[in-house]
Formats: sequence, structure tokens, C-alpha cells
Amino acid sequence: MKKKLALLLVAAMTVSSLVACGNSEAPAEEAAAPAEEAPAEEEAAPAEEAPAEEEAAPAADGEVVTVGFAQVGHESDWRAANTKNYQDTFSAENGYELSFVDCDNDHAVQIETVRGFIEQELDYICIAPIQSAGWDTVLQEAQDAGIPVLIVDRAVDAADTLYTTALGCDMVAEGEAAGNWLAEYLDGADANILVIEGSVGASATLGRTEGFNNIVAQNSNWKVLDSQSGDFTQAGGQEVMESFIKTYGAGNFNVVVCQNDNEAYGAMDAMDAAGITYGVDGDVQIISFDATHDGLQYTLDGKITCNVECNPLQAGFAEEVIKKLEAGEEVDKWTLVEDQAFVAPGIESQYAVTMSQEVLDGRAY
Amino acid sequence: MDKIKKITKMKLFLPIFSMILVMMINVVYDIATGNAPLSFFSISINNGILYGRLIDVLNRGSEVAILAIGMTLVVSASAGTDISVGSVMSLSGGLCCMLLAGYGVTNVDQYNVPLWVGMLAGVAIACVCGLFNGFLVAYMNIQPMVATLILWSAGRAIGLLLCNSNIVYVRVPSFQFFGAYCGIIPTPIIIAAVCVAIASIVLKTTALGTYIQSVGINKKASRISGFNSAKIILLCYVICGLCAGISGLVATCRIYSADTNNIGLNMELDAILAVALGGNSLGGGKFNLAGSIIGAYTIQAITTTLYALGVSSAQAPVFKAIVVILIVVIQSQPVKDYFKKLSSKKAAAKEAVQA
Repeated sequence: MKKKLALLLVAAMTVSSLVACGNSEAPAEEAAAPAEEAPAEEEAAPAEEAPAEEEAAPAADGEVVTVGFAQVGHESDWRAANTKNYQDTFSAENGYELSFVDCDNDHAVQIETVRGFIEQELDYICIAPIQSAGWDTVLQEAQDAGIPVLIVDRAVDAADTLYTTALGCDMVAEGEAAGNWLAEYLDGADANILVIEGSVGASATLGRTEGFNNIVAQNSNWKVLDSQSGDFTQAGGQEVMESFIKTYGAGNFNVVVCQNDNEAYGAMDAMDAAGITYGVDGDVQIISFDATHDGLQYTLDGKITCNVECNPLQAGFAEEVIKKLEAGEEVDKWTLVEDQAFVAPGIESQYAVTMSQEVLDGRAY
Repeated sequence: MDKIKKITKMKLFLPIFSMILVMMINVVYDIATGNAPLSFFSISINNGILYGRLIDVLNRGSEVAILAIGMTLVVSASAGTDISVGSVMSLSGGLCCMLLAGYGVTNVDQYNVPLWVGMLAGVAIACVCGLFNGFLVAYMNIQPMVATLILWSAGRAIGLLLCNSNIVYVRVPSFQFFGAYCGIIPTPIIIAAVCVAIASIVLKTTALGTYIQSVGINKKASRISGFNSAKIILLCYVICGLCAGISGLVATCRIYSADTNNIGLNMELDAILAVALGGNSLGGGKFNLAGSIIGAYTIQAITTTLYALGVSSAQAPVFKAIVVILIVVIQSQPVKDYFKKLSSKKAAAKEAVQA
């Protein structure tokens, strides 16, 4: 009996060790295969040289570059355009394998996602942080694992030694762009300004407020009457504007700054209900941020006078950084994605593009 | 003196007193800043519609008031809360807009299906959610908070799926009507008033209210007395779902779009708070619907007051918390007992003087 058992054991061990060998061999074969195939294809079909070379490029580096992207969520069209841009840029054709996770605006989920990326030993990790705080531990873990981390789109409150590079729009610059345009447009006239802020503590809110206030400080005849949060939503913008109208009264303010397009829609609804005219021909000028498709349609219609955008097509910038890192080059700690401002037809500005149907049709989202 | 005593002994005295207290903050502020003292209460007709802060309170408070009806019944019958109502609001609005616009379309200016089909579907899905919650609580004996936690997280997600993760705009005037104005009165006020009226008539004219309370006080005893306790609890959850559906449609029509990420966000907490501010025990049993409705408008009065005072958005939650604590403490038993003692001491002193 004992002999039989021993035999069985030996047999089992042999089988399992064989299986294990097979496992370890498989990836090596896979990795070698494309490298061998690519030149063969080149010889066989010289007409298809260009695509074949592109396919060969990542193979020459060894293998496919794996990138993890912990996205904020899908809360807006802007975010959807941003996600699609990443998926298109880091595609299999371009030699990448993108692990995309939609964190649905949940900070805890995002931290766990990044931990998962570290466990999977991906080559690069991109994080679009939901919150700016609370990142030190997990960034340290990534650093210990030797994985470069790119902080994209939004900022984190962590020492910049903990991540490789950050890239995104400068929200302060956006606020300043809006302020500069307003100064040019008003040309010395008085401004009584109402601000509908975004969510309390969001980096977009803080940056846009700071930037705009920088310009307000330079103009002694500008006055910010009030500033309240509309939570980046249409309902919030509507409620805050309703209250502003009651507090200050129609005719006592001539500029409304909304920190995203949805709030601007709500503010317009509230002004419609109160019979206040707005837009290029109206009593109140609306400045908005984000420049979504619908938002720019309103700009084209002359209702939102100025719309400042943060460019969602950021994946190209991220790819450039990754290419540099792959080549072993040094990268800057901060890469600026340039933003753009759009103004209603009939206004010429050195700070902004005048809106037209062609501009709207040419947009990626 | 007797008259005052009579008033202070009324069930609704404390909720109403709290609401007036909140509004008095505005009067004090207006006097301090040199405005007309009663500007918070002034109502005028501006641009063809009713205009004033009080109207804002009534208008913006509609959603929570409608939710409070269902929540009151659920709390009373099952001694637990339905925390899925905010998500269900979002789901009902999402389904309605998805049908009206067609799947995957984000912006329409004419209906894909008739308006009533979309609205009915929105309300129906909310009732189904209520049925699901009710089934888990009444027949599976799962604790209400755990049972409704499922839809709390899933409801909004399903709404997002239906809308393909987009904000779906339905820019048709007859759709916007339900969130805008009916003549000079904001339509949400009318919808809330109709809901409250129907609920109170049903509770007054039928024995349903009594059944619910008896189930809430003692489920077993009620069953032995011949009530179908489980069925009554199920019914309460369905009504709560229905209220969430209606409330979700109001919130959706207001912004003529299904912003599934934000509609009804955290509103379940406001609804629960409304029930508590109305002097109802969250432990179930006896309930006071009028109190809950007043509680709902009190919450909105606080929000509107904070806007009127220009409290910065970062500090607003702190002020809100302070006001809520004050209201809850005023209504607490020890404080009530203290005032009772004080008044009886006064009466005793008076008697002593007279003797």
C-alpha cells in the first residue's frame, strides 16, 4: 500500500513539474514570436512596410508596454472624451496594453485599483486622482515596486518625489485666462461679479477661483459681490443663481462666472425665470469653463460670452512622457496641457478663439 | 396662559417652532444689515411668476417633502429607513429620459415616445424598486438598512447604464413644465401639495394609518390580531418607492435632463432627517406625517437661509449641522421635561402667592 502511495506521489510530482515548466516557457515563446514574424512579413510584402514596422517597434523593445489608468469616473462629456482619448492612444495597435479602470468617483476604489496595478506589475501607472489628499502610502508602494507613476489631469497633495511626473491643465491659468479676457472685453468699465463655484475643495474650483481673483485684484473697479458653490451641477447653479438674484437684485450685477458649463445652464434657467437678459446682447455676461459641446453651442449662440476649456485630449502628452521614460530620458516633473478660450461670434480677442460653426464641428467631443 | 399651554402641547408645536426659529435667523440678519426686516417673507410677482425666498423654500423643498411622505410610513412600519430613495430618484429620472430621448441619444428636442409613457415607466420602475426593498424587509426579514443598501448602490448605477453614462437632455417645453411654472406657481410646489393631500386623505379616511402604526409598534401582536404585517410593510416600501419616483421626475424636469450622477444625491439623508425633525421616532410606531413635511421644508429653509446669508460654501455644512443639532435638542425628551418642570414650578409659585 505504502509503495503504491509513494508511486502515486512521484507521478503527481512529475506531472506538476512538467506543467510548471510548460507555464514558464509559454511567455518566452510568445515574446519571441512577434519579433521573428515581423521581419518575415516585411520580406514577403514590401508594400505593407509601414504598418509592419509599427508593429515591430514595441516588439523590438522586448514586449508590449502595459499601462494602468485609474480614471475618476464618467461624470461628464469631458471625462468621456478624456477616457476615449486614452483608450485610442494606448491601443494595441500602438503597442500598448491599457488596463482601464473607471473608479466611479470613489476614492477608496481608486486606491485599491492602483494597488491592483502594482500587484500586476504593470510598466506604468496613470492616476487621475479623485481627491488630492491621501495618496502618500500608495504612491510609496508604487515607488518601492519600481513602477513609474504619472499623475494626470488633477493634482495630488504629495511630495513630488513620490511620483514620476504630473501633467494636466493649470486651473489657475484657466481662471486667469477668463479674467484677462474680461478685462479686455470690459475695457475699463466697472464689473460687479457673481461667482458660482464648483464643488468645495476640488482642484478645479480652487485653481479657477485663485486665477480669476488674481486678475480681479489688478482691477480696482471690479468687485466680486458673492461666491457660492453650485457643486458643478445644473440644479446647483440654478439654486445659487436664484438666491443671488434675490440678494443683489436684477441690474446690480453684470458678470456671472460659472466654474463649469452645467452650472452655467442652471444660471441661465434662473435668469430666464427672473426676466434678466444675458449674453452678448444682454445685461449680464456669462463666463463659463469646460467648453463642452453643448456649452460651446451656447457660446456660438451668443448666450455664454466666454468659455474656457481644459483640453481633455491629454493622452498624447502622457504617451510622450512614457516614450521618453522608455528611452531612458529624464522627464520634467510637470507637463502643461495647454488650454484654450472661446468667445461668442462678433468678439475679437487676443486671449481667445472666436466661435464659429466650423470650430464647433471640428471639436473632438 | 391656558391658550399658550394648549398651543405648546400640540403635537406640531415643536416642528413648527423650529421652522420659525430658522426663518427668524434671516430677520435678525436683515435687521443687522439694515435691510427690510421681513424681506425673507416678502412675496411678489416678478416677470409673471411668484418671486420670493419663501417661494424658493417651498419650490426647492418639494423633492424632500415628497420623499418624506414615503419615508415616514417606512420608518413607522418597519422601524428602519429606506436609504435607497436617492438612487431610485436617479434611476426613475434616468429611465424616463432614456425612453423619451431614445437609448444612446444625449440631446433631443422632440419625444421619442409619448411623454406619459416615459413618466409612467419612471414611476413604475421606482415602484418595482420599492417592491424589491419591501420583499427583502417584509418577507426575508432582512434589516431595512441592509436591504435598501443594495439599491442605494445599484440604483444609480443602473440609471447610468440606461443613460449610457451621459447626461441626457430632453429639451421639450411640456417636459420642462413639470419642473418650471404652472401659471405663476412653480409646478413642483403643486406636485408636492397634491402628493401630500392624497397621502393625508388616504391616511385619514382609511384605517391604513392605524394598521401601519400597529405593525410598527408590535409586529407579532398585530399579526395575531389579524393584520397581515408583512403585506403592510411591503405596501409601505412600495409607497416609498412611488414617492421616490415622483420626486426623481420632479428633479429631472427641473433641469430637463437626467443627470444620473447627481439627481437625488444624498437626498435619502435629507428625507430621514425630515422625518426626525418632524418629531417622529426612528424606532417606528406612531407617526406624524405633517411633522415630517414641515421637517422637509425646515431643511430647505436652512439651505436657503445659508444662501441668503452668503455663508461661504466651505462653512455652510457646519452651520447646517449647528442648526440641526439645536432643533433636535429642543425636541429631545430631557429638554421637554425641563420645560415642563419649569412651568409646573411657576404654577406652584403662583398658587403659593395666591394662598
